[in-house]
Amino acid sequence: MSRLEVRDLTVGYEGGPVLHAVDVEVPHGELLAIVGPSGCGKTTLLRTIAGLLRAQSGEIRIGQRMVTTHGIHLAPEKRRIGWVPQDAALFPHLTVAENVAFGMLAGRGSARAARRAAKSDEVRRLLDLVDLAPLAHRAPGQLSGGQAQRVALARALAAGPELVLLDEPFGALDPMLRADLRAAVRELLRAEGVTGILVTHDQAEALSVADRVAVMRGGEVLQLGTPEEVYRTPATPWVAGFVGDAVFLPGVLHGDEVATAIGRLRAVPVADAAGLVPEDGADVTVLVRPEELRVVRADAASVADATAAHRADADRRADDGALDGIVTDVEYTGHDAMLALALADGVRLRARVTASGVVPRGTDVRVSVDGSVLAYRPEA
Amino acid sequence: MTDRVATPSPRRPWGLIAASLVAVALAAIPVIHLVVRVLSADPAELAAVFDRPRIPLLVGNSVLLAASVTLTAVALGVPSAFLLARARLRWRGAWAVLAALPLAMPSYLAAYGWLAWQPSMKGFWAAWLVLSFVSVPYVTLPVAAALRIGSTGLDDVARTLGRGPFGSFMLGTWPQIRPAVLAGALLVCLYTLSDFGGVALFRFPVLTTAIQQAYSASFSRDEAAVLAVLLVALALLVVIGEQVARGRAARRIQAAPATGRRRMTRLGPWTVPGLALLALVPAVAVVVPVAVLLGRVLTAETLQAFDGVNLAQAIGNTVLLSAGGAVVAVALALPIGVLAARHRGRMVRGIESAGYLALGLPGIVVGLSLVFFSLSVVPALYQTALVLAFGYGILFMPKAIGSIRSATGQVPTSLEDVSRTLGNSRARTWWAVTARLARPGIFAAALLAAVSAMKELPATLMLRPTGTDTLAVELWQRTDISAYGAAAPYAVALLLVAAVPAFLLSDARAGREATREAIAPDARAGREATREAIA
Repeated sequence: MSRLEVRDLTVGYEGGPVLHAVDVEVPHGELLAIVGPSGCGKTTLLRTIAGLLRAQSGEIRIGQRMVTTHGIHLAPEKRRIGWVPQDAALFPHLTVAENVAFGMLAGRGSARAARRAAKSDEVRRLLDLVDLAPLAHRAPGQLSGGQAQRVALARALAAGPELVLLDEPFGALDPMLRADLRAAVRELLRAEGVTGILVTHDQAEALSVADRVAVMRGGEVLQLGTPEEVYRTPATPWVAGFVGDAVFLPGVLHGDEVATAIGRLRAVPVADAAGLVPEDGADVTVLVRPEELRVVRADAASVADATAAHRADADRRADDGALDGIVTDVEYTGHDAMLALALADGVRLRARVTASGVVPRGTDVRVSVDGSVLAYRPEA
Repeated sequence: MTDRVATPSPRRPWGLIAASLVAVALAAIPVIHLVVRVLSADPAELAAVFDRPRIPLLVGNSVLLAASVTLTAVALGVPSAFLLARARLRWRGAWAVLAALPLAMPSYLAAYGWLAWQPSMKGFWAAWLVLSFVSVPYVTLPVAAALRIGSTGLDDVARTLGRGPFGSFMLGTWPQIRPAVLAGALLVCLYTLSDFGGVALFRFPVLTTAIQQAYSASFSRDEAAVLAVLLVALALLVVIGEQVARGRAARRIQAAPATGRRRMTRLGPWTVPGLALLALVPAVAVVVPVAVLLGRVLTAETLQAFDGVNLAQAIGNTVLLSAGGAVVAVALALPIGVLAARHRGRMVRGIESAGYLALGLPGIVVGLSLVFFSLSVVPALYQTALVLAFGYGILFMPKAIGSIRSATGQVPTSLEDVSRTLGNSRARTWWAVTARLARPGIFAAALLAAVSAMKELPATLMLRPTGTDTLAVELWQRTDISAYGAAAPYAVALLLVAAVPAFLLSDARAGREATREAIAPDARAGREATREAIA
């Protein structure tokens, strides 16, 4: 049974549609991350699911209930969803506990009712859940950004929603806090068994926190899959470039191989959105992840971790067309390093190597590819 | 987050638009009624009215006075604003309060004070002096605000390019403050055109005083109506002129940087003339009249004629009537202010400007139009407190709109989103969240309208129920027969009663500030995140 189902959803304003025929499905209890660049329509999608915006056409089903269909629009207050906006949006005239209590008032919200409900055990339980019980009587202005977000989450959960929508909730936080809060949110949603949708522009956050990732661009969902699917088999070169570092090379497809500037590589052709697969002999765009490039010093014997097997492997590849190149730059990040390479024939590549495999700038190297690569029809 | 840019209001707020249209219509109908009545009158009668030689003289006097007062107020107000905002000044806060003080002074009170001291003052020069000094803050306050926001970066560039101090001020700073100067000049001009009490005390014949005369000589009410329409036409001309001029200025100012450094000017030898200017304005407008007035209160003659019961009654009437006016003004302004704060579009802008049009309506015209309207439509209401409160409501609705609009605009829409998703309907959300947080601003709007209503003279004179005298009316009746001593207690009472809401108003402002501060951290976080998203 699917908890959230969006079918063929189109949303637009006078300036033309912002979302075109969007399909999204989130199974019960899972967390979906919607990721995309600014202006891709991800926040619009979230607001439409919440009912804060009206759809032009399409359907939205939450659990068993159809909330949007054929121009019928269920008001946001009747959708039983939790909403956690980017700025946390705590009511400034209420304390932390009263903010959470406001979520339990079921349509009869007022400052006085919130004050009364703030003493209930349920509020205490929710504050314990987000680790904020000691701050129950603070005013929102006295909280840090991360604390405010946790209060907002507790308030959203207080109404007992079927679905929690989070609009860039970590956007305003510093990176350390962000990772902590991210893990806490995921754990909390799982513990409460609530389905969640998280909007973010940060692909690393999307891949690390979510059960599924939807990648959006220009009002369309380009791909929806597990983080691994999206990273390992991106639907288009653009998705590949958006979710991670990518090297693109032009090539020509020959059976299960593709001829490129760095030699003939084993290739898997990928169908585009229209279902067209690159044909034999066609021009293709090849995706290589930087970590799939193998870089060894030209004088392979001096490579610290080069084993005999490695050397043999490198030799074989050399016959296949592994190329000579030179390291033009090194970005060292600690756990690994990104090498900028210039090949003898002028092609430039980026390769990720483990920290122990770092070679200094100016070193002559040999470059080859591990495993098979993906071949796409070139984007117009 | 930046997706929000492409996310306007979910749908047209028809309920709110309908309520706003009703409010605008209620405010406009009496005046439209008056204009239609005049235009549809017998042409021969109209010609007869226009034939009187007095009319060109009255229009000429009104225009002359408005123009000279406006120029004087700008000439005094712009340097004052510069001193307050850009000069190194001791006790800057105290000077700023002094500069705003004349706003609390009704023109007739200032005129009365001066007359009590110098009974021979009369005519154009007397009216010019008092009205100019009383209205200087209308220029000083907005221009000082614009100077505080603006930067001196462009001046500095101009200086490095070889311009003198004045030349670079005109090149760099003047374009930044021009809209504020124009807005201030508009207010002064409208204020002068619609002023009745001050001009009448100095016996300088202008349109407003002629309307009152024609009205009280009840046989020539048609003449009063014609003069009122002329006055409205003049005021509209001024409003439109300012709009045109401001449109041009707005386009020019876009080059000005939003943030930048402000250089404070050291006054040096200009310190004494500067401080003299800052002291002169409140001295002429407030200190002299109030001092004379207080002196009069304590004379034996005054104490003998003092009638405590009558005074208490007048205070009670003033408070009740102005409170009623404030309620009407806020009720009319609420839908318009909320609509303007939360929604965009040509229709919304049109409704908002229509709401502000009443700024150009002189009190005497609103009074007269309500007299005609109530007499011909609901005679039962003629000369009841209801009509008077309604008149106050029309007159002071624009002041309330601005306050309500900014207070509502300061409540983040994300709070409303959260409330909706937590199960609260649109109406419940508005009541429990938006109105709750905008409450200080709405309260301030009511106080603002109440203070204005207490001081309003001509509309009160025309619409008050017979026998119900407010402080302003009592004062007027006594100054008219030059019974200065007897009028003094009412003048003092008016100043004191009007000071109460003014005091509360500064308190309410503080409250709004506190609200803003409570909301600010969230807003700041949002801005930072947006910046991050863009980067």
